[in-house]
Amino acid sequence: MLSYIVRRLAIAIPTILILIVLSFILMFAAPGGPFNSERPLPPQVLANIQAKYGLDQPYWKQIVNYVWNVVAHFDFGPSFKYKDRSVNDIIAQGFPVTLTYGFWSFIVATVVGITLGVVAAIRHNTWLDYFAVGISIGAQSLPNFVMAPILVLVFTLYLGWLPGGGWNGGQIEYLVLPVIALSTSYFASIARIMRSSMLEVLNAGFIRTARAKGLPMSRVIIRHALKPALLPLLSYLGPAFVGMITGSVIIDVYFSTGGIGQFFVNSAFNRDYSVMMGITILVGVLTILFNLVVDLLYAWIDPKIRY
Amino acid sequence: MFPSKQTADALVQAANDAEVKGRSLWRDAAIRFRRNRAAVVALCVLGLIAAFALFGQLFAQWSNEEIDWSIMGAIAQKGAPSIANGHYFGADELGRDLYARVVQGTGISIMVGMVGSFVAVMVGTLYGAVAGYSGGRTDNIMMRIVDILMSIPFMFVLILLLVIFGRSITMLFVGIGLISWLDMARIARGQTLSIKNKEFVEAAVATGVSPMRIILRHIVPNLLGIVVVYATLLIPGLIMTESFISFLGLGIQEPQTSLGALISAGAKQMRFGVIWQLLFPLGFFLVTLYAFFFVGDGLRDALDPKDR
Repeated sequence: MLSYIVRRLAIAIPTILILIVLSFILMFAAPGGPFNSERPLPPQVLANIQAKYGLDQPYWKQIVNYVWNVVAHFDFGPSFKYKDRSVNDIIAQGFPVTLTYGFWSFIVATVVGITLGVVAAIRHNTWLDYFAVGISIGAQSLPNFVMAPILVLVFTLYLGWLPGGGWNGGQIEYLVLPVIALSTSYFASIARIMRSSMLEVLNAGFIRTARAKGLPMSRVIIRHALKPALLPLLSYLGPAFVGMITGSVIIDVYFSTGGIGQFFVNSAFNRDYSVMMGITILVGVLTILFNLVVDLLYAWIDPKIRY
Repeated sequence: MFPSKQTADALVQAANDAEVKGRSLWRDAAIRFRRNRAAVVALCVLGLIAAFALFGQLFAQWSNEEIDWSIMGAIAQKGAPSIANGHYFGADELGRDLYARVVQGTGISIMVGMVGSFVAVMVGTLYGAVAGYSGGRTDNIMMRIVDILMSIPFMFVLILLLVIFGRSITMLFVGIGLISWLDMARIARGQTLSIKNKEFVEAAVATGVSPMRIILRHIVPNLLGIVVVYATLLIPGLIMTESFISFLGLGIQEPQTSLGALISAGAKQMRFGVIWQLLFPLGFFLVTLYAFFFVGDGLRDALDPKDR
């Protein structure tokens, strides 16, 4: 197990470095820097600004400095657009918001998805099964940028029940629509995976044994069938997590929740490269770590996996 | 003892009668596909949507760039869908004909999906086949590269690319092409691993065929079934990716448009009572996605030997 962890880390760490260097090289390849404006700055001013941000140094030195600062101090440097704020400030402001509704979406997607999948599997080929499958097929093609306008249309414009945007410190009524919009397509996928793996498990011999010794169905499901059926789902959680972080860009922009996605898109329009890079790297590191945790969990839970 | 001539003739006759016309595997698959009613309907719907994207402009009363000055500024009152003024789907906030815009957007969205899927088929299949056939260290390194690329949050990198190199449709194609082949490479590799131990590959090796030729002549054709399935299922995913980026305003730029950009515009305008501006692009988007999903599922049932 230990050697497996080491080996996985040996892949994860270079991946993170490659990501950092790659995004840095991209930034150099950009035609026109962040300080190009309509009115060209006097050369002396430009030189001063570039010296301040360290852009006058040779490329290799800039890369080394940047990587060193990120790795050793978790310092993504100053924002190119907002002179009084660093990238760290921006992340510190936006990330808790993203994390809050991301967490709730994750919970909602897993709980609803698993329930739907299990119910469909238990009542295989009944109207309940068809209903659950229908819902999950329908929801799968409803990505967050489709769900968000539909939800606002129905619940804000027509019914007037919930606010169509804003954050307000994360009060529950501001959370509901973002969480639904973000989790819809994921609970659909989870339900489909859960249903097929549950069906497979229910046909296994040990379930028949459990039934034969007279256990009630509910106990068989909870005690015996659920755990092995959850295994295939585990490997989907990695991509689902990535999708939710990515989806948060839409949620932030559409609902003005003020998470990192909003800063990312704003900096994309402002060509504020340091903020974009900081957020890309942050998300990349999170993704890699999350996948690592899922893989380790998988290896730990499933004895069949050799590592 | 030899059978008499009469018996022999009878035997030949019987053999001829019993002989059924041979069916290729593809023909088998086509028959299975045709039996799947949902997939056939979805295929017809796709055909209609493609026809709409290709020829819809012929029936439009307005071009996609023309501004109808007579209704501009009063879209909510006068811009609603009507046959009378030629705006079948209504007008957008600038007074442009939404029908013509939806035709244009559908075309571009489908094109993005097809191009990305094409890149995936070309690059991913070859990459996976080479990795799988080579095996050993080459395979290991090639698949590690895929692993590393897959763990990068590509939506963010794609946006970074678009911002840095300018938001053009070419850049979007390049970016989507960069992502799309990864999954295909994995699938193709897995399939190659099982194909390369078959007798016909062994026979090819024994007769001295070069590795590259084996891959192209013997491996890739046998991958085609699974490749076609995943290429079809990839298209809706790529359409979603493109729409995602266009929704943010970072993808397709005016005067060009895509379904994602139209949905975005509609979502911004809907509070002004111009709901058609959201519903028509959204409808086409969803129907296209569902159609691709169902066709892909049908193809999988027809072509993937595992699920039979």
